[in-house]
Amino acid sequence: MSTISKEDGFVVFDHVQKSYDGEVLVVKDLNLYIGKGEFLTMLGPSGSGKTTCLMMLAGFETATYGDILLDGKPINHIPPHKRGIGMVFQNYALFPHMTVGENLSFPLEVRGQSKSEREANVIRALDMVQMVDFINRRPAQLSGGQQQRIALARSLVFEPELVLMDEPLGALDKQLREHMQYEIKHLHDRLGVTVVYVTHDQSEALTMSDRVAVFEDGVIQQLASPSDLYERPENAFVAQFIGENNTLKGTVKSVKDGVATVDYGSGHLGEAMAINCGEAGTAATLSVRPERVDIGAKSNAQAVDAKVLELIYLGDHIRCRMSVLGNDDFVVKVANASGQKHLKVGETTKVSWAKEDCRALDA
Amino acid sequence: MSDISVPLVAADGTPLRKKLAQAMFKSRMRAFGLVLPLLAFIIVAFIIPIISLLWQGVHDPRFASLMPRTTEVLKPGDGKSEPTEKMFKALVADLVATKKDRTIGQVATRVNRELAGARSLFTSSARKAKKLEAPFKQSLIGVNKKWARLDVWQGMKTSSRVFTPGYLAKALDFKLLADGSIVREDKSRRIYVMLLLRTMKISLIVTLSTLVLGYPIAYLLSTLSVRTSNLLLILVLLPFWTSLLVRTTAWIAMLQAQGVMNDLFVLFGLTSDGERFSLIYNQTGTLIAMTHILLPFMILPLYSVMKTIPPSYVRAAKSMGATNATAFRRVYFPQSIPGIGAGAILVFILAIGYYITPALVGGQDGQMISNLIDFHMRKSLNWNFAAALGLVLLVIVMFLFWIYDRVIGIDNMKLG
Amino acid sequence: MNIKSLLIGAAASALLAGALSAGELTVVSWGGAYTKSQVEAYQKPWMAKTGNTILSEDYNGGLSEVKSQVEAGNVTWDIVDVELSDAVRGCDEGLLEPIDPAILPPAPDGTPALKDFIPGAISDCAVANIVWSTIYAYDTTKFATGPTTMADFFDLKKFPGKRGMRKGPKANLEMALAADGVAAKDIYPLLMTPEGVDRAFAKLDTIKDSVVWWEAGAQPPQLLADGEVAMTTAYNGRIFNAVAAENQPFKIVWDGQIFDFDLWVIPKGAPNKDLAMDFLAFSTATKQLAAQASYISYGPARLSSSALVGNYITKPSLAMGPEMPTAPANFKTALQNDSAFWADNQDQLNERFNAWLAQ
Repeated sequence: MSTISKEDGFVVFDHVQKSYDGEVLVVKDLNLYIGKGEFLTMLGPSGSGKTTCLMMLAGFETATYGDILLDGKPINHIPPHKRGIGMVFQNYALFPHMTVGENLSFPLEVRGQSKSEREANVIRALDMVQMVDFINRRPAQLSGGQQQRIALARSLVFEPELVLMDEPLGALDKQLREHMQYEIKHLHDRLGVTVVYVTHDQSEALTMSDRVAVFEDGVIQQLASPSDLYERPENAFVAQFIGENNTLKGTVKSVKDGVATVDYGSGHLGEAMAINCGEAGTAATLSVRPERVDIGAKSNAQAVDAKVLELIYLGDHIRCRMSVLGNDDFVVKVANASGQKHLKVGETTKVSWAKEDCRALDA
Repeated sequence: MSDISVPLVAADGTPLRKKLAQAMFKSRMRAFGLVLPLLAFIIVAFIIPIISLLWQGVHDPRFASLMPRTTEVLKPGDGKSEPTEKMFKALVADLVATKKDRTIGQVATRVNRELAGARSLFTSSARKAKKLEAPFKQSLIGVNKKWARLDVWQGMKTSSRVFTPGYLAKALDFKLLADGSIVREDKSRRIYVMLLLRTMKISLIVTLSTLVLGYPIAYLLSTLSVRTSNLLLILVLLPFWTSLLVRTTAWIAMLQAQGVMNDLFVLFGLTSDGERFSLIYNQTGTLIAMTHILLPFMILPLYSVMKTIPPSYVRAAKSMGATNATAFRRVYFPQSIPGIGAGAILVFILAIGYYITPALVGGQDGQMISNLIDFHMRKSLNWNFAAALGLVLLVIVMFLFWIYDRVIGIDNMKLG
Repeated sequence: MNIKSLLIGAAASALLAGALSAGELTVVSWGGAYTKSQVEAYQKPWMAKTGNTILSEDYNGGLSEVKSQVEAGNVTWDIVDVELSDAVRGCDEGLLEPIDPAILPPAPDGTPALKDFIPGAISDCAVANIVWSTIYAYDTTKFATGPTTMADFFDLKKFPGKRGMRKGPKANLEMALAADGVAAKDIYPLLMTPEGVDRAFAKLDTIKDSVVWWEAGAQPPQLLADGEVAMTTAYNGRIFNAVAAENQPFKIVWDGQIFDFDLWVIPKGAPNKDLAMDFLAFSTATKQLAAQASYISYGPARLSSSALVGNYITKPSLAMGPEMPTAPANFKTALQNDSAFWADNQDQLNERFNAWLAQ
């Protein structure tokens, strides 16, 4: 998806700041433009400010400074119930004293829909999540996955243009969670509704999103599509946070045509893409994905010595922990394919990677 | 073939059903053993005393056991015919015996409950009974001509019942007559039904006022941090920390005609100096004081329930378009009902039994049924009647509880 | 001395201590200044004389504790200070030990006890120690010329302001009839008729709306001090205390006073019955009764004590004689509470009173 400008953003955070105590900013000068129909995920560790952003958008927190716009209109002073934003909560927040049908009917009732209209809409929404048969149950009689679907249906039943989801799958087990990820994704594709999704689970973010905003310390570290985020992290934090990653420390020797020559210490030199590193003489973090490392010295690649420390058999591949250039946690994924060399613990070998796969980032 | 059911057996051959019952019995006995000490304590310290006391409300063997001969001869009579010589003879023999045993006072007190003035009649006649000679009818009437009166004998007949509905009848403003019929009490002596109704009314008002005052406080507490809310809870419990006398004195200082509240009213021109409000020594005083002291019993269950209502419910309601008022009415309030139920039941039951506070600040129209129970326990020593009043109160409370269960459901109540 | 004899000595002294502690008498009274006066006048001299110890307990009146103890067969109280009505009732109910008047010492001049005590002070199960009185008192700052008669108490026109009265028929009915012009000697005979009771309630009706009802003896002086009432019925000792110790501007009106006794009774089955009898006889002797009057303004129940009454112990300039209910000037229109009348009629009159109050 191409970059969205401030003007055509459906949801716009414009220089938004938030502080709870007047001393510490939990959100620092946030600028974020979300396109109509986009599935945007705010990803980050807890305390990074992502939930605060969501709550400001929903209207349960007010921005200390800056504007939030929805469809071009500033909504800072519109109370939550007039924003028309659907929301799915972490623990679903299904009303325990109402049946599934009553839960779904609630938003339609407060909008003054007639009874027949409401019934039709409720059935339609339940049908969307294949839960029509459960219309007369109470939430306590449903499993976690079923409750999750009802919560989803409830957030969509009044046909909002924007739906916010606050770690909606956090309480589900792994298998169900993955299943629900696809279901939410499909619903989004079908309905074309704009979704802002908050999670701390990077695989969830990568699976579902059009774009992911990685939060850390109240600042968006990188805003990009899942593949860019994984393939082209712009700083050490993102590289470390998204997916598995091997980092090496080094000093920049020279930068030329976007390629940095790096000294890994002890006189060992190598080349890497100069993404976010300083000029010659500064320290840098080098990032290589485990699946981009080859065992043995390949042509047109730089090879270094490696000592096998641990082997974990994982079926389709073997996870190999090695000591490389002083890093004892250097991981290489060796495909379990025919013709692959079998490594043994304690063995010394060579590993290599292409300079395109090694990114020199901030230290 | 598979139609013939073969009982399942365990590995050692015993039927599985039996084996299961054995295992269940063992675990049940263990559970019983764990609660046994408390059960025994409750039975000895609570159930038995309560039952034996309430029992007195319908069981009064004193007259029958102390005056056996008189009781025997009174049995066949309908209490309407003239007493016979045989009855007088038995009476004199009992009077002599009770005088000798020094139990005549108990007999006299018992009959006096049915007939004012009987006490002195019995005690004075018993003193002379030993010297009386046949015919006893003539000689006893010679001692005191009241013995010829029919109502004296009717009083004795009523007193001679071992199991009597008399006390219960009186607790409901009825009167047990000698022939066993029950009629309404004279208008000038009807008081208990009125007091029961007033007790209900006051308890209800107190329950509602504690709810109205306590609900917002409980809500506030439930939204604060644990540290702050614990501190405020201590303040809520403060009334329990002060002695009753200190509290009462404080109420008097605040509420009396020359007190702080009235001074403020006069200062702000709400009333004139000559027409200060009567806030104490009347029903208002009872209501204010009881609301104050019972408030924590409303706040605590409310708080403990509200604390468990996640803020996301109200947020969810608002995100769906509900205004603050609708979100409260449709989502928050229904979920706080278990707390309201528990608090209301607690406050109501405590209020129904209150007597010290009404006695001190209640004046003439702020008295409750428990004040009369207290009166009959401590002052008039009519424990039978106190027990009957207690029984009536207990039945009413249980009836209300039953209604509560039917309407709201006991299982819908959360005490903490 | 070897270990064995040491042990025997220890055991013996333990036994001795047990025997001595049996000489501990539990005396129960009303607490406050009243108990203090009994401690000073009765208990300390008795302990000094006999070497026994006394455990002094307070209670709030009524017979419920005594009844509970006797009926449970676990009596812990040895001697209790009760009101006359409770003494009569307790005796009737068989809760109290009978007392032989022969154990009471004669007056110093040899008058036998039965003649020396005020009539009615000695009954089957009780011996009176003091005479107290229900009077009415007023706030002198409220009236230029104060009330002087019982009729004045019921006169809202001449003496406007709220009235305090004890919540109960006792004393109130008598006072109502006295205010209605009935002579002291005719009051109880009249109250035994339904017309008399109606008349008393009718008189009470005239001030009902202006009455603040009190229950505890400490309340009336407080009501007066707070300005809640202009005048109130009260126990004379409480008003005396407020005036003498707290310098309150109150004045007692003795007209129509209703006097009554406080008496010693011994619960049936008291653990130290003989000691209790000894204490009872000692404390109701002429000298002890007179001594008590220096501490509190209740009159001694013996005629021979009156001459010995001294001055107020905390304010030696104040002679206690004129403060006594039994002082000739105060006693002219005094009415003695008729315990027999109340024993016969209190259930009925209480009910009527409660119903009347609630109307």
